[in-house]
Amino acid sequence: MEPINHVAGRAIPFGRKNVDTDAIIPAHWLKTITREGLGKGAFEAVKKEPGNVFADPDYAGAPILIAGDNFGCGSSREHAAWALLDMGVKCVIAPSFSDIFSGNAFKNGILTAALPQEAIDRLMEVAKTDPIDVDLETQTVTTPFQDRFTFDIDPFRKHCLENGLDEVGLTMAQGDAISAHEAKARAQMPFLARTPATVD
Amino acid sequence: MTKNPRTLYQKIWDAHVVDTRDDGTCLIYIDRHLVHEVTSPQAFEGLRTAGRPVRRPDLTLAVPDHNLPTTARRDAAGKVLPIEDPESATQLAALRKNAPEFGIRYIDATDREQGIVHVVGPEQGFSLPGATIVCGDSHTACHGGVGALAFGIGTTEVEHVLATQTLLLKQSKTMEVRVEGKLGAGVTPKDVILHVIGVIGTAGGTGYVIEYRGNVFEEMSIEGRLTVCNMSIEGGARAGLVAPDEKTFEYIKGRPYAPTGDDWDKAVAWWKSLATDEGATFDKSVSIRAEDIQPTVTWGTSPEDTSAIGGVVPAPEDFADASKREAVKVSLDYMGLTPGTKLTDVEVQNVFIGSCTNSRIEDIRAAAEVLKGRHKADNVKWAIVVPGSGLVKAQAEAEGLDKIITDAGLEWREPGCSACLAMNPDKVPAGERCASTSNRNFTGRQGPGSRTHLMSPAMAAAAAVTGKLTDVRELVG
Repeated sequence: MEPINHVAGRAIPFGRKNVDTDAIIPAHWLKTITREGLGKGAFEAVKKEPGNVFADPDYAGAPILIAGDNFGCGSSREHAAWALLDMGVKCVIAPSFSDIFSGNAFKNGILTAALPQEAIDRLMEVAKTDPIDVDLETQTVTTPFQDRFTFDIDPFRKHCLENGLDEVGLTMAQGDAISAHEAKARAQMPFLARTPATVD
Repeated sequence: MTKNPRTLYQKIWDAHVVDTRDDGTCLIYIDRHLVHEVTSPQAFEGLRTAGRPVRRPDLTLAVPDHNLPTTARRDAAGKVLPIEDPESATQLAALRKNAPEFGIRYIDATDREQGIVHVVGPEQGFSLPGATIVCGDSHTACHGGVGALAFGIGTTEVEHVLATQTLLLKQSKTMEVRVEGKLGAGVTPKDVILHVIGVIGTAGGTGYVIEYRGNVFEEMSIEGRLTVCNMSIEGGARAGLVAPDEKTFEYIKGRPYAPTGDDWDKAVAWWKSLATDEGATFDKSVSIRAEDIQPTVTWGTSPEDTSAIGGVVPAPEDFADASKREAVKVSLDYMGLTPGTKLTDVEVQNVFIGSCTNSRIEDIRAAAEVLKGRHKADNVKWAIVVPGSGLVKAQAEAEGLDKIITDAGLEWREPGCSACLAMNPDKVPAGERCASTSNRNFTGRQGPGSRTHLMSPAMAAAAAVTGKLTDVRELVG
């Protein structure tokens, strides 16, 4: 997972409330064998609406998505986070997120920053013309117009995001303990610690 | 009595703790990892994206099973036939590419050793007593039959195990299912586990690891124990196991992945120490008399919907719980059954003998014994026997069982998961019944609208012969 400290650039002023994961990535995209390439299916229905923000070339590859209350509700599909990542989104700003979605986003290195509706309204306005800046260390969202909003984040999640640690990465950081167990197993339970060379 | 008496489960757990966190979560070492084509592609992709290797490819074994058609895999000239379904073909191709790329041993669809992961593991001696075994499939509980702590995991966990050979887990509660007495004629391990699930319910084992105890399991063959443990998950338990004994050691010895020489001696010594200590306690205990178990079938859409074959289709009012009454109503409607109907009056149009629950050589022998010299009934349109692996298939053919099966009008197929979950072309048509030796009778499990009756291989063979759910004891005995 890529470490994330600072996300700066254009922000997609989507703004809708109760965006469910079916809307983020419809079920027929789940038959894939990879986590990649799901960006094509992201917001498939919205993309069919005339004049939708995703069709605006100004926002192509934008790293920030601004949405309304309860973003990511519904199904637990991790494909929703994979789809956003594939679109280039590294940070979603909304008044609130579904628990499951924010957990999935976190596991995939996407920052979810919750801000009050007034701040969202202001950022939606700025996003139409100018870039937005999200800083994880100071937990702030700023604009070129001196706007400054702070957000809360669980310290453990912050640590993981800043260091690019996912659960696999965290366990890998315990590599020494795992190696120690393997060494002990080789001595005490060699029959479990290896398979016979004859099958190689 | 031992000072700190422990259960079999606790002993295996203790031997695998890498680290314990303040909240009780443990990092548990995984000894053996089985991989199949459906739940692994994103895990491999995750490793590739992060640039991570597989920590212990030597403890990992990949084999395709879920998507494979069970029809011939090569044409008359020996050329490998393509997989027609493009999505199945893609998933199968992904495993064929991923395994060697990450240095993992891979058994191909056309290899003799190919089969259902849960048949291949024990058969190859890859699954060992006292080992922690995982696979991205809930029927991994199966390997508890050789005394392993084995359970199913999700794709994210598959990636975690591939990268670290560990899993973050909290210890489960322990449950003892004790069956003692003498099983009657025609009562098989499948009947035992169906009966157990009928008693404890599909959520009875939720949060628990089951240890099957008592003389019935001690006297049971290893293949029978695999059948029993396989369906632990249908009772809600993520894992179920039987203490390894001399029979287990004899079963494992000499298999390709089994320990040899000095390792073997050390292994047996340790395995002998694993049995639950006298005085160890279980969080929950269930005791069943072997004499109470009859040849058993399911009538509904939950594996707990069991009945002795001599029974009748129950009525919703027979159940005390209101939500169960409602579920039974829906389920009888789906199954097209009327309360009060004798189970032996229920006609079947399809028969499936196979799955990770019942596709080993003893299962094929049991079916063949019933089929010998008989023929399937005319109303049975589709009846297939799917061996669990290429080696089971070869063994059955060496014993002439394939001939008995085909002479009886049943089809003899190539190994795979097949009609158990109908992910391949083997499906039961909507509205039709199937006498099936698989593990789940869920709505639509064997194909949209399919109606499944779970039972033992001998009972399924009996149903093929008469065209109805049948008490096998009336045919052989």
